[in-house]
Amino acid sequence: MAKFNLNINGKTQEVEVDPSTPMLWVLRDHFKLLGTKYGCGIAQCGACTVHLGDDAVRSCQLPVSSVGDKDITTIEGLSEKGDHPVQQAWLEVDVPQCGYCQAGQIMTASALLEKNPNPSDEEIETAMNGNICRCGTYTRIKKAVKIAANSVNA
Amino acid sequence: MTLIKTKIGRRSFIRTSTLVSGGLVLGFNWLASCKNKTEEEILAMPKEWFELNSYLKIGDNGVVTITTPNPEFGQNIRTSMPMIVAEELDVDWKNVIVVQAPYHSEKYGMQFTGGSRGIMTRWEPLRMAGASARYVLIAAAAQAWQVPAVEITTEDGVLYHKASKNSAGYGEMASAAATIAIPEDVQLKDVKDFTIIGTSHKNVDAKDIVTGEPMFGMDYQKEGMLIAMIEHPPAFGMTLKSVDDSAAKSMPGIKDVVVIKSFKDDYEKGGFDVNAFPEIVAVVGSSTWEVLQAKKKLKVEWQPITASSEMINGFRGKQTKNIPAGLESSASHKAKMEKLGGKPGKIVRQDGNPKVAFKNATKIIERTYSAPFLAHNCMEPLNAFAHVEGDKAQIAAPVQIPSLILPTLASSLGIPAENIAMEMPRMGGGFGRKAYAHYVVEAALISKKVNAPVKLVYTREDDMTNGIYRPSYQATYRAALDENNNLTALHVKAGGIPESPLFANRFPAGALDNYIAEEWSIDSNITIGAFRAPRSNFMAGAEQSFLDEVAEASGKDPIQFRLDLLKRAKDNPVGEQNDYDAERYAGVLELLREKSDWSQTPANVHRGVSAYFCHNSYAAHVLDIRMDEEKPVVEKVVCAIDCGIVVNPDAATNMAEGAITDGIGNAFFGELTFKDGVPQKTNFHQYQMIRMSDAPKEIEVHFVENEIAPTGMGEPPFPPIFGAIANALYKATGQRHYRQPFVTEKQIVG
Repeated sequence: MAKFNLNINGKTQEVEVDPSTPMLWVLRDHFKLLGTKYGCGIAQCGACTVHLGDDAVRSCQLPVSSVGDKDITTIEGLSEKGDHPVQQAWLEVDVPQCGYCQAGQIMTASALLEKNPNPSDEEIETAMNGNICRCGTYTRIKKAVKIAANSVNA
Repeated sequence: MTLIKTKIGRRSFIRTSTLVSGGLVLGFNWLASCKNKTEEEILAMPKEWFELNSYLKIGDNGVVTITTPNPEFGQNIRTSMPMIVAEELDVDWKNVIVVQAPYHSEKYGMQFTGGSRGIMTRWEPLRMAGASARYVLIAAAAQAWQVPAVEITTEDGVLYHKASKNSAGYGEMASAAATIAIPEDVQLKDVKDFTIIGTSHKNVDAKDIVTGEPMFGMDYQKEGMLIAMIEHPPAFGMTLKSVDDSAAKSMPGIKDVVVIKSFKDDYEKGGFDVNAFPEIVAVVGSSTWEVLQAKKKLKVEWQPITASSEMINGFRGKQTKNIPAGLESSASHKAKMEKLGGKPGKIVRQDGNPKVAFKNATKIIERTYSAPFLAHNCMEPLNAFAHVEGDKAQIAAPVQIPSLILPTLASSLGIPAENIAMEMPRMGGGFGRKAYAHYVVEAALISKKVNAPVKLVYTREDDMTNGIYRPSYQATYRAALDENNNLTALHVKAGGIPESPLFANRFPAGALDNYIAEEWSIDSNITIGAFRAPRSNFMAGAEQSFLDEVAEASGKDPIQFRLDLLKRAKDNPVGEQNDYDAERYAGVLELLREKSDWSQTPANVHRGVSAYFCHNSYAAHVLDIRMDEEKPVVEKVVCAIDCGIVVNPDAATNMAEGAITDGIGNAFFGELTFKDGVPQKTNFHQYQMIRMSDAPKEIEVHFVENEIAPTGMGEPPFPPIFGAIANALYKATGQRHYRQPFVTEKQIVG
């Protein structure tokens, strides 16, 4: 067990856990930030995607000891009022079905647009391919990413 | 107007109390959050609520709470079911708050999500709930204004009496309305007068979903709650022998290691009490990661099961199920299926004289189709919260059919069923898997043993290797053609492990003078269960691929070939047991032909068509494939559906898009194989799921417009996509595809 001071959603928070504990479980079990989802535990499905600095990362494979003083942003911290352009686009297109994967999809999409505000279809597919949606909302996700890109660029 | 007796589900209208406490009512009381409500919205909450029936509460300010009865797993019934109530109540949708019902069969009847039956079975009761509430509001206004009730009209939550120029919001009359008796019968609106039903309304949960609000079973929290994880046998055909838990118990954060047995010895199982591994080990601790680490330290010995048979009391009455011993492998499954498929099966239906027709045929086409076991792979792994205290239990779990796990829970816990309270959190996918809620029983037994609230969480690996799969199937079709290449007889023989997929009375039965359908099955200890459109999800692909091939041999356009058969089935049907309505079936094909611009295949794509009837609805697809070197790329799918009245068109479109994408994924990649009883895939690094790059670039969904009461929607668009894919791949490659999955390692192999 060791103590860690983590910068999560703009706040410094302390946790005492085993250093190997993945951020996914630190967020869910210790901070009750439940928007970040467990899907596979091996970085294959993207349900647990958060931002580490500006990068979209799979929190199930991110040991708490490797985070250091980097900023972690979860779906709860993406925007204050739930009105990030990507979230707004998701509402406009009414993307979700079951909804379980969508926080991860949104975190991947928002990191993509931060780095590439005007992605091509192929670039969207490449960026989003790590996020599985079992309900099959991919056509809507792609549409929403494009709408968000347009609003970011507007 | 339709006059409808309220006695159907009348108990639903029994009020528990007329006045209920004020304030914001939210589904998840354990994390009641106002995060997504603005200050104005919270201030706008009523001081008092008046319950008009078990589905409806109206606040003193006119805000309406509609309780939605069935569990949600992504089909968006939490929006569409309240829309039905709101339509008949005649209320402004903006003033509606949706609340999830807990499990309560007396108030809400069968709270069942599956079989595409949600909207279909709730259509009348929900309309009645809205209409009867509107009735008592009108009656209250009539009393208050001393005018005849028939002269009162309603619109958007306001009552009007034009002659006396009286008007009042529903909230003003709610208190008086709550004391007025519910009528014996009520009038329902004409379809043409609908203003909410048939107009797209956004998902009421979308804001909570995109902001990461907790809402799934996996998110459930309770003070003092422990985390539990299981260790189950590594292979089908194995069971627990002994466990050495000393190392696991000494790990940090671990409270206990327990062995649980899911069924009482004399318990008569229902059809959904399927569980390959009724004896398992559970590790219980204070956090997920600690429990995961301790799980690795368990030393468990497993032993082979002995062959057994058990009586199952399911929907089709009591049936004996044989569970063979032994460790099964896909290679031996294949050999057994080929062997049995070559022998006569059990004849389920026979029309005319197929034997003579085949003897007199000029040409016979015979093809065999097969498909593997599939895992459901819901994005939310199985989980359940349980808190057992003495003879009472509190449950919150993602479950499709709570009523069917309740008797099992009561038996296994040894407590009365009425002492079990169940919440139904949103499911992160279901697809049939969460109809088999053994994990709820497991969570409850663990909670009882450790005497604490427990959340049981399956790892992805536990979820994928624990059984309840789509069975492996095989079907052989034979067609007899005369000298003019007319189809004169059809023979289908289908079977599977461990069940037959056959629907003997579906199209093209009824369209052919000579028809024979046979089936067979092979016992297995690998557990199976419903998977989106059970059986249909295989038969549609086989049948529609075969009909495509027969159409080609007949020299006919594939859509016209089907329409000709349907015309025969409509004008002069063979047999009296045909499941489908030939006219509705033809209707979707005609709509599809028009909307897909069927006669004009776009450049560089290869088209396949397929149609199917299941779950009381009709769906058909035209699918365009472009070949990117060796890789098939689905450019576009055009879909036509007849599911009667569409309550929420954009949500239904979303579901159809999902069914199409899901179907393409499973047709291309879906497969679970076994070696010596061990599932050969344990997680998504091995089990290939469809991802964005393989999804269709474009999907277009069209609904047949009619005034037929809603029929199934979640499942019907799924089965026919398998045929559309196979037929498009044939056009693209010149090769017919008989064995799913069709694509592995990015090569077409089927």
